[in-house]
Amino acid sequence: MAVTHDLAATAWPAVLSAVDKVSEGDLAAARAQMGFSLAWHIVVACLGVGLPALTLIAEWYGIRTGNPAHRLLARRWARAMGVLFAVGAVSGTILSFEMGLLWPGLMGRFGQVIGLPFALEGIAFFIEAIFLGIYLYAWDRLPPRRHLLTGLPIVVAGVASAFFVVCANAWMNQPRGFVLREGKVVDVDPWAAMLNPASPPQTVHMILAAFMVASFTTAAVYAVALLRGRRDAYHKAGFYIPFTLGAAVTPFQLVVGDWAARFLAEFQPAKLAAIEGVFTTGSHVPLTLGGVARDDALRYGLEIPNGLSLLVGYSPSTVVQGLDKVPRGQWPAVTGVHWAFDIMVGIGLFLLALGAWLLLSWWRGRRSRDELLDQRGSRLFLVLAAIGGPASVVALESGWCVTELGRQPWIVWGIMSVRDAVNPAPGLMTGLWLVLIVYAGMTVATVYVLRRLAKGTAVPLAPQEQDVESYPVV
Amino acid sequence: MLADTALAVMWVGLTCYALFGGADFGAGVWDLLAGGSRRGLPQRRLIEHSIGPIWEANHVWLIFVIVLLWSAFSPVFAAVLSTLYLPLTLAALGIIARGAAFAFRKASTELWQQRLFGAFFALSSLVTPFFLGAVAGAVASGRVPPGLAAGNVITSWLNPTSALGGVLAVTACAHLAAVYLCADAARDGERELAPVFARRAVISGLVSGAVAGAGVAVLHADAPELFHGLTHRALPLVVLSAVAGLLGLVLLHRNRFVLARPAAALAVAAILWAWGAAQYPAMLVGGTTVEQAASDGAVLAACLVVLAVGALLLVPSLWLLYATFQRRTPAAGTGSRPSADS
Repeated sequence: MAVTHDLAATAWPAVLSAVDKVSEGDLAAARAQMGFSLAWHIVVACLGVGLPALTLIAEWYGIRTGNPAHRLLARRWARAMGVLFAVGAVSGTILSFEMGLLWPGLMGRFGQVIGLPFALEGIAFFIEAIFLGIYLYAWDRLPPRRHLLTGLPIVVAGVASAFFVVCANAWMNQPRGFVLREGKVVDVDPWAAMLNPASPPQTVHMILAAFMVASFTTAAVYAVALLRGRRDAYHKAGFYIPFTLGAAVTPFQLVVGDWAARFLAEFQPAKLAAIEGVFTTGSHVPLTLGGVARDDALRYGLEIPNGLSLLVGYSPSTVVQGLDKVPRGQWPAVTGVHWAFDIMVGIGLFLLALGAWLLLSWWRGRRSRDELLDQRGSRLFLVLAAIGGPASVVALESGWCVTELGRQPWIVWGIMSVRDAVNPAPGLMTGLWLVLIVYAGMTVATVYVLRRLAKGTAVPLAPQEQDVESYPVV
Repeated sequence: MLADTALAVMWVGLTCYALFGGADFGAGVWDLLAGGSRRGLPQRRLIEHSIGPIWEANHVWLIFVIVLLWSAFSPVFAAVLSTLYLPLTLAALGIIARGAAFAFRKASTELWQQRLFGAFFALSSLVTPFFLGAVAGAVASGRVPPGLAAGNVITSWLNPTSALGGVLAVTACAHLAAVYLCADAARDGERELAPVFARRAVISGLVSGAVAGAGVAVLHADAPELFHGLTHRALPLVVLSAVAGLLGLVLLHRNRFVLARPAAALAVAAILWAWGAAQYPAMLVGGTTVEQAASDGAVLAACLVVLAVGALLLVPSLWLLYATFQRRTPAAGTGSRPSADS
């Protein structure tokens, strides 16, 4: 497909209107607002993708075994799902507004190029919303197995939504499917744009991350309850179902993460250079953990000799491109990107170790599964599992920072900078403050309501739910 | 041809959002006017019962319109959103507050929480359609020129036509909601609520008609091009809207609640299509036509094909959703649900 990687093309001929009107403060405000609302939405969206799967597993167990603990878990999680889906739907809508409110320069020129994945995402989201309505509200209107079936489209559509949206983000990293002719976007191939080279690694990485975050955060809630001594079948199931799923996904995530980094080495070397803090192109490049970027070098970090060359090409003589190949004005913020990456990988390894602990305790055969939670080391295990929930969210946000900050100063890699895309209207700072205030309120209310749901008395799932009153509250 | 098709599909989406999503906002307006927490309880319960399972699906129509606008007519999207940054930010915040607060209220048990979240839900249901209507007024009166934030950031939406659009949007949403709720009340055994909402439907219908009538004078003075279009090419649609609206009121008066629904919906839909017909082929009045703004043919074709295939999935799904909840439940109306007042 025709691609234009002409860096000189950044000098847009009269970019729709006067870009020089944009003040530094308004550009920073726009970036902060977009970053903040995305960082907020991404957590809820991940729970929205992963939680339905957990709920369906619990409901299916409950139907198959008749175990009331599982059925109650399914009901509880469904209620949390209802709240999270609502805030996810509205915070996602705001993002689609912000694409135009904050970045009209991007949308006016390239909106058509990335329209297709969003149209597909719209359909997937529609399916999700429709079946969520049925699943949440028709619990007493449908026979159990049919009700379970109405949940399946939610899971499929949720994963599909994540795929399509991340495809659009991948396009910003690997813009394809159009030709720039005298500053005009022509010969658009929307399928090539959507299925760009960055789409496979980024989408798989994101979808697995969604399942990890939903699993480990849900498991953490029950780990805390178990630590507080509520070691009954209900809380054990509430811990094991999500934790097992999370532990099963984590090893795959590490492999996919490695694939994503290797992809960068080939397609976006400048981003990898920022991630690993490589300033000078060469072979025998060490892998540096931590450190601070100063005077064109990553200092005070822990260096593993030849580490990065080995990771990228399995040989110490592999040449890794450094930032010296990139004009200085186009460097991302190295220290921030590098630290975000190290934090993400560190937490990933920590979660992998936790999963291995679970696996090991199963292999020891003599103990039944539940005894992991009763043996002497179980307290430490549960404390770590409780930390694993918030840690997985931190890893998620760090990974997001890596891909977004690592792309700077570009909004479309190598083609359009964020400065050329921002809305030149005055007063973006005011919008940022408004958004911060509203989101602060929404955060407080969401946490409060979820906590109430976690420990509260049996609230009806919906006005239609008549039998919930008779449900036991554990 | 492709561009016109895309525009028509987008307008269908906008119509659906007005008819379904708009009614959900209108229901919030009636929630606001339902009275004290004890007196208003049955009404609020009916409203929650009616819109609870469907509002999120209805809300997706807005996303559909936004995405289609930016995919098919990117420069128009950029121009509208950058110039109308303020009312759209306020509408977006209203959308957040409405959706989140509605979900929070449903999950709350204590009265003060329900009051707090309910207030946010109801107020934002009033504010959001107003700003969306103001945005429509801004575009229709030709105050959004092409380019990034090229229009006046304030007067583009603080003007007579935008005020008309905002007020008309609120009253029309309220009217639709009241009409829909009549039939819901009659079906769900809340018989005493049906005449309450029928009365409100008639009042809001008359107010909408009065606002629209006054709007003729406003448009004549403030948006001559739109006025000309509405009184010439789009005149049949304007007349259709008035006739359907009156028919709806007559049907309400005769307690034919189910039949009143399509009449009221037609009245609202006809106004939207009248606006489209009056303005066509201009997308930004005096600046950009449909053909000029249209995306590459490959993009339009891909989006239309995808949406057509998607419709094959969506139509039966939507039918299942509405069918599931428009049926009477065996348990409905027993009133055994824990009272929201407790």
